[in-house]
Amino acid sequence: MKRYLLLLPLILFGAVAVMLAVGLTLNTSQVNSPLVGKPAPDFQAPSLQIPERSVRLSDLNGQVVLVNIWASWCTTCRQEHPYLMALSEQGVPIYGIDYKDERPKALAWLEQYGNAYRAIAFDAQGRVGMDWGVYGVPETYVIDRQGVIRHKHIGAITARSLREQLQPLIAELRREGES
Amino acid sequence: MIPELGQFALLLALSLAFAQAIFPIYGALRGRVELMAVAVPAARGQFVFIVCGFAALAYAFLTNDFSVAYVAANSNTALPWYYRFAAVWGAHEGSLLLWVLILAVWSVTVTVFSRELPVAFRSRVLGVMGVVSCGFLLFLLATSDPFTRLDPAPLQGRDLNPLLQDPGLVMHPPMLYMGYVGFCVAFSFAVAALLGGRLDSAWARWSRPWTTGAWVFLTIGIAMGSYWAYYELGWGGWWFWDPVENASFMPWLAGTALIHSLAVTEKRGAFKRWTVLLAILTFSLSLLGTFLVRSGVLTSVHAFATDPLRGVFVLGLLVAVVGGSLALYAWRAAKVRSIGRFELLSRETMLLLNNAVLTVAAATVLLGTLYPLAMDAFGLGQVSVGEPYFNSVFLPLGIPLLVLVAIGPLLKWKGERWPDLMHKLRGPLLIAGIALLVLTWWLWQVSLGAVLGITLAVWVATGSFEALRERVSGRRNSFTALRRLPRSIVGMALAHLGLAVFVAGVTAVNTFESSRDLQMRPGDAYTVGDYTFRFDGTQSIQGPNYQATEARVEVLRDGKSITVLHPQKRVYQVQRSPMTEAAIDGGIFRDMFVALGEPLGNEAWSFRIRLKPLVRWIWFGAVMMAIGGVICITDPRYRRLLAREAATRQSTVEERFSEART
Repeated sequence: MKRYLLLLPLILFGAVAVMLAVGLTLNTSQVNSPLVGKPAPDFQAPSLQIPERSVRLSDLNGQVVLVNIWASWCTTCRQEHPYLMALSEQGVPIYGIDYKDERPKALAWLEQYGNAYRAIAFDAQGRVGMDWGVYGVPETYVIDRQGVIRHKHIGAITARSLREQLQPLIAELRREGES
Repeated sequence: MIPELGQFALLLALSLAFAQAIFPIYGALRGRVELMAVAVPAARGQFVFIVCGFAALAYAFLTNDFSVAYVAANSNTALPWYYRFAAVWGAHEGSLLLWVLILAVWSVTVTVFSRELPVAFRSRVLGVMGVVSCGFLLFLLATSDPFTRLDPAPLQGRDLNPLLQDPGLVMHPPMLYMGYVGFCVAFSFAVAALLGGRLDSAWARWSRPWTTGAWVFLTIGIAMGSYWAYYELGWGGWWFWDPVENASFMPWLAGTALIHSLAVTEKRGAFKRWTVLLAILTFSLSLLGTFLVRSGVLTSVHAFATDPLRGVFVLGLLVAVVGGSLALYAWRAAKVRSIGRFELLSRETMLLLNNAVLTVAAATVLLGTLYPLAMDAFGLGQVSVGEPYFNSVFLPLGIPLLVLVAIGPLLKWKGERWPDLMHKLRGPLLIAGIALLVLTWWLWQVSLGAVLGITLAVWVATGSFEALRERVSGRRNSFTALRRLPRSIVGMALAHLGLAVFVAGVTAVNTFESSRDLQMRPGDAYTVGDYTFRFDGTQSIQGPNYQATEARVEVLRDGKSITVLHPQKRVYQVQRSPMTEAAIDGGIFRDMFVALGEPLGNEAWSFRIRLKPLVRWIWFGAVMMAIGGVICITDPRYRRLLAREAATRQSTVEERFSEART
């Protein structure tokens, strides 16, 4: 019994080591969100910049849209931000959901790193995030012209995922709507 | 030529590290004095060669030798010389070299200050440090060689990351590493004790000053990093729960627990197994932290994709050092018997609770730091666990800890009667009670958190004073009695007082900070509290390697000018990244913080203005904790006891040596 307890730290460390090893070898793969293929849950939340005004997803219906969940406390969001800026410059409308954040910090963050968003919903309590099934920040959703979620990207957007997944998908969805 | 010499010096250091790792430990096992004698010269020789290697890299930076790839990637001729020197540890390869150098510094310090230790024990300690050093030197030379040449050499370097071009950053990593690596000494003492099979209170006493020393450096290092983030990142925050910060905070929490648990093991012979485990865990967290940060695993697992060997090596090293020591623990710790019974109400119980809380806190940070990594490992993408998580778990841990901090030092070892405790606590209870009433009356509407926070700060502070007062009361001349108090008691009281100051600072900033983001045109003024900020216009400034726009903001109080602040917006020439240099007027009771935002056209600028009451107390508190630690280390008790032990041991040891020689 006692001996078993003394082995416990070693066993726990072994588990951490295995996790690190898996982390080293595995590539980020896709997980299917139950929301993919379903209509995007609409939200109505106060705007981050102008609290009196509210932001609704349905305002953008008829366009191919990205919805990006972010927060100023999220360090990985800083990494993906340049890619969102690039997408925004290419004319892709991006909706932000500022998840469990504080207004002054979020505003300072935007000032420092730039604003890639058409509009930002301020989701202080995480209610919108609940509807969207957010389980980590950042997450990015691609929504087609019919308002259906077509893709969910968990974690930071990288140069590779931008080039190989997001951009081709956005181009395809845009063509799809035209034909 | 110089870079090749540097590389050669590191190779020589590696071979000496091998000697230091193998011979002393084997010698201690077999009782062979001539093999154990290798430990000291090997450690000192290794130090000399690592200094040579470090000096060679520093020389390459100072002379702008861009044929060295690492220099070309992290320096530039326009960089002032002191930043070129600091750039040595500005990126992965160089900071690893700094790590190894600091390990060598600690090893040499051990050879100097451990003459009175039993020879076999000292050999084992240095041997274990040699093993760690071997691993790191191998990692450095095999995967992260800072001396790799570029052919043809570029004419100009890519410059140091502008965020790192700051006096705070020159000293921050060395301090932090002194702390991280310093826990290697406590770790080596613990492993040496496990190897020797003798875990007694003498072992705990020997490792106490080393542990406290490392903890002092880590405390200062973390405080410097926090202060740097405060004025350099331009948001006015002082802690961000960044993975990099967490990596230093985990060993700090574990190290703080270790300091307290070593006290119990030394004085009462209790918690022996736990203390040894904690010593191993503290250094393991240092290692894990260094790796998580330096390897880039945390920001992206794929950082290793460029050099998969690096990741595998890192993991191998971690498994060898941490796994090896934990296996040794599982094997040897069963023999250890803890002695010393104690009552429920005793100082032992308090320190046990302290350890429980601090360990849970460290585990919480570890979980929050590793969770994103686990998500990534299982293919669920990269996520951040941030402030909401940490704030919600740290509050319920912090409150009981602060309540106990005031009580613990007042209790007797073994056991205390409740009426006696109540008698001792009457002062702190009375003062904290009055504080609670006054604060509730004053802040009822504002924030209950503030009432709680400041009351706890008062409670801890009065408790710390009571711990001193109790020991001098009843003496005829209380001033001389105060001076004659053991330094470890004074240091402890000061460190606990530092905690109170820290808590007061955090509470005040969180509750009473006034912040405003606004736009102003030249001539506009804005009033917050008693202060009026007037924007007088901007001018261009040319720095050594950057251009800046500097605003002039005059601060007035009752119509009289108090100070002029000059916040800047800098653009560094090489990397073209904009940087915010906030202007801060610091004071004991409040900081005025003005950061310049974006130009909004028409000479208007956006500004961030913050009034931060007591924000400096956060760092004052940390400095007081560190000074308290230093006072504890200088307690002459440690040296006296060592000398006495050595004297009584001398005869028997010599007999054993003569046996071993024959």
